[in-house]
Amino acid sequence: MPSLPDMTTPNLTALAGQALADSGHVAVPAPDAGQPEFVEFLQRMGDNCLILGHRVSEWCGHAPALEEDIALANQALDLIGQCQLWLGLAADIEGKGRDADALAYLRDAGAFRNLLLVELPNGDFGVTLMRQFLFDAFHIEMLRALKASSDPRVAEIAAKAEKEVAYHLERSADLVIRLGDGTDESRARMQAALTKLWSYTGEMFLDDAVDQAMSDARIAPLPSSLQAAWEKTVAAVLDEATLAAPTGAWQHKGGKKGIHTEHLGYILAEMQFLQRAYPGAKW
Amino acid sequence: MATTTLPPTDRIWEWLSQVPDPEIPVISLTDLGIIRDVQWQGDTLVVTVTPTYSGCPATSIINLDIETALRSHGIEKLELKRQLAPAWTTDWITPEGREKLRAYGIAPPVDGTAADGVLAGRVSRLMGNNLTIQCPRCGSTHTQKVSQFGSTPCKASYRCTDCLEPFDYFKCI
Repeated sequence: MPSLPDMTTPNLTALAGQALADSGHVAVPAPDAGQPEFVEFLQRMGDNCLILGHRVSEWCGHAPALEEDIALANQALDLIGQCQLWLGLAADIEGKGRDADALAYLRDAGAFRNLLLVELPNGDFGVTLMRQFLFDAFHIEMLRALKASSDPRVAEIAAKAEKEVAYHLERSADLVIRLGDGTDESRARMQAALTKLWSYTGEMFLDDAVDQAMSDARIAPLPSSLQAAWEKTVAAVLDEATLAAPTGAWQHKGGKKGIHTEHLGYILAEMQFLQRAYPGAKW
Repeated sequence: MATTTLPPTDRIWEWLSQVPDPEIPVISLTDLGIIRDVQWQGDTLVVTVTPTYSGCPATSIINLDIETALRSHGIEKLELKRQLAPAWTTDWITPEGREKLRAYGIAPPVDGTAADGVLAGRVSRLMGNNLTIQCPRCGSTHTQKVSQFGSTPCKASYRCTDCLEPFDYFKCI
């Protein structure tokens, strides 16, 4: 779109001609500025993918079997790819000249909006898999709902990501069942992982003012509306895995508002080191 | 002003059909179905490309390869557009592309078997009613899934229980 014509222009005929030509540009999108809730929401989506993707990538070269190593690395790649799409859109809408890389590498912990669940340390393979399953079961419901977003850019990213996350969920559910309903050792580890992580699941379904604004604009669902479907998936898998979720547990929260565990700072220290030490480095 | 004749788009499609996929060089970008549109806008050639997987590291190489190939054919004004919707599906891999994959040792995707995250599907697969993936080496249908994810996000690892060959399956998405 051309910049606004000079109002004091002496050439009124040319100005009128310009206005007439511009009137055909009905497809110019409305300015995105002034939508802080939208930017906030997109950062939550992108940061969940980025931080979990980074966590999962920490297994690269360390997983218990080569196939698992490759599977984890591929999932990390999917998540980081999705993060680029979400944070890229967040940066566009924010309109401050930042891009996805600037959001990923140049924000401090307090500006991250991911759930606490995804920043928790990997623990053993059981903790990693259980965390993945609990998140995947939420992630897929969120993406399914976002496919109906009133914003077509959100809907198309969700449609793309959902196909990938369906594979993540199938894999994590399958392994939770096999290890839960496995040996005494594997079952004990999966139960311990579930007990440890359960108090970090409640935050996924907490609604706040940002969620309400997104829901009112029909851009995104209220997180609370996803809980029933998540519980159904989780209950079915845990039942088959012979694992029991804790009941009435106290729930942690804060990540969505930028209040994090001490673990996030360590992730960022490693992830952001290069851009902090050599600003603008490219290869 | 000198007028140059712009090459017709079917010629450009032909050129693109000779650009190999950087990860699986036996198939071309058009075999893979990721070139969604080729058109002239004025004297600028606009090529629309859709990514396979969100995080596919080949995406930037693919764009570079398209640009290199078209420039070598004398295209000067070129614009590459990314299009996410409709999201890429393995259904768009051409029949020729599938044959080339098989000959290369990668079992081609079986349409309609994409993961949907629905547990019933997974349970039936666990019970052994698995989708039948043919061994690209000996053609046997006695094959087993080793891992949902293979050497790249788009593939799964399988093995043949007859000829014992481990192989990649290009999974459906």
